[in-house]
Amino acid sequence: MHRGKGMKFVGDSRISAERKHNIPKDYSEYPGRTEAFWPNFLLKEWLVGSVFLVGFLSLTLAHPSPLEGVADPTDAAYVPLPDWYFLFLYELLKYDFASGPYTLMGIIVIPGLAFGALLLAPFLDNGPGRRPYQRPIAVGMMLLAVTSVIWLTYESAAHVDWETRAEQNKPIHPDEQVNIDTEDPGFAIYESNCLSCHGDDLSGGGAGPSLIGIDRSAEEIATIATDGVGSMPADQFTGSDEELDQLVEFIMSVNEE
Amino acid sequence: MLQKIYDWIDERVDVTPIWRDIADHEVPEHVNPAHHFSAFVYCFGGLTFFVVVIQILSGMFLTMYYVPDIENAWKSVYYLQTEVAHAQIVRGMHHWGASVVIVMLFLHTLRVFFQGAYKKPRELNWMVGVLIFFIMLGLGFTGYLLPWDNKAYFATQVGIEIAEQVPLIGPEIKTLLAGDENIVGAQTLTRFFAIHVFFLPAALFALLAVHFLLIRRQGIAGPL
Repeated sequence: MHRGKGMKFVGDSRISAERKHNIPKDYSEYPGRTEAFWPNFLLKEWLVGSVFLVGFLSLTLAHPSPLEGVADPTDAAYVPLPDWYFLFLYELLKYDFASGPYTLMGIIVIPGLAFGALLLAPFLDNGPGRRPYQRPIAVGMMLLAVTSVIWLTYESAAHVDWETRAEQNKPIHPDEQVNIDTEDPGFAIYESNCLSCHGDDLSGGGAGPSLIGIDRSAEEIATIATDGVGSMPADQFTGSDEELDQLVEFIMSVNEE
Repeated sequence: MLQKIYDWIDERVDVTPIWRDIADHEVPEHVNPAHHFSAFVYCFGGLTFFVVVIQILSGMFLTMYYVPDIENAWKSVYYLQTEVAHAQIVRGMHHWGASVVIVMLFLHTLRVFFQGAYKKPRELNWMVGVLIFFIMLGLGFTGYLLPWDNKAYFATQVGIEIAEQVPLIGPEIKTLLAGDENIVGAQTLTRFFAIHVFFLPAALFALLAVHFLLIRRQGIAGPL
């Protein structure tokens, strides 16, 4: 570019008076009514931003951000799920051509081609025409990609029972977390009979519900332990009547706190 | 008074050309929704930046309470959520902003793509923009772990397992992200915190600077 002595400018600006190749035209050369960015246009942008902010804050007020229970690496029953904007990649990996022996297809080849093409789009679609109908291949590929991303996201999200997930993984206040007396003779009985389903802290697990905060009498607990209830089969408890008493006492004591 | 302060500084530093470069330019008619309502599509980029600013501000306030270690991370988020005045709104803004910014970026990308605005001479700006998109996805991925709840932990574990399957460098990527060859734990949380709060924002600011510099230098693409 020509610099220094002899350089001519447009008016008092720093725009070169000589037209160079590939340098866009001055705004004043665009047809129609231009407007000064500062302060006229910025004020209008500010209005758009304000409306946007009101909508955004309404969203945050109407839907408090979720928080699940504290991470428990031993919770084998938890079904992992990424944030929604990764769901399409996650769903892609479930297809036969992108999983098992073809995993590389799903994690490298397909996303690599798609995002690589996105990155290099100006060089793949390098014709002079800018209108969509002048570049049918690029526009077609993009429409296909957008449709697949939306479809994969929908497929992945539609099969999730969001409400049940949120209900099952509610956070427990640290103060409400019951102290379980593992020295209690009842805990040993709980450990050998009930722990595999109801969890080592009685908070429930994949198969059984939480035993904390239940509203049942000692007799009811004893009956459920021997006869089962709902999806819980009978004879889960195998031991003497004395042990059953200790177990019931233990579960009752946890709920008293 | 303000004018005097401005003149005093301007006399010494000559700031007028600087702010004129930034703010003093004409907005062409075809991008101005006041003239053509359909030009609202040109707002997507600016709104994306607006959400980025929300993310930066809300994130700064969140770090006043957040503790990046596995004992206290969840507790500090829970405390934020239940005890601190207005923190539920601040965390809500950061949480929802993370989704909204992806949506706005997506819309902005589609606008630029379907208008063919990335064609010569704006190829570089498009590539910088796509890199910003990747950085945003990285911020989403690393930020997801920080509350240290179940969904965060298991999603990260799956993500790292996927990264591990990359040929040749897979195990190295896993160790780099997780801080250990096998465990997703205390090291992973501090690494993700560092990546989320320092590394990726630094890259983001650099790319945003280039993005804006190029758009000021080259101008908005003309009407179709």
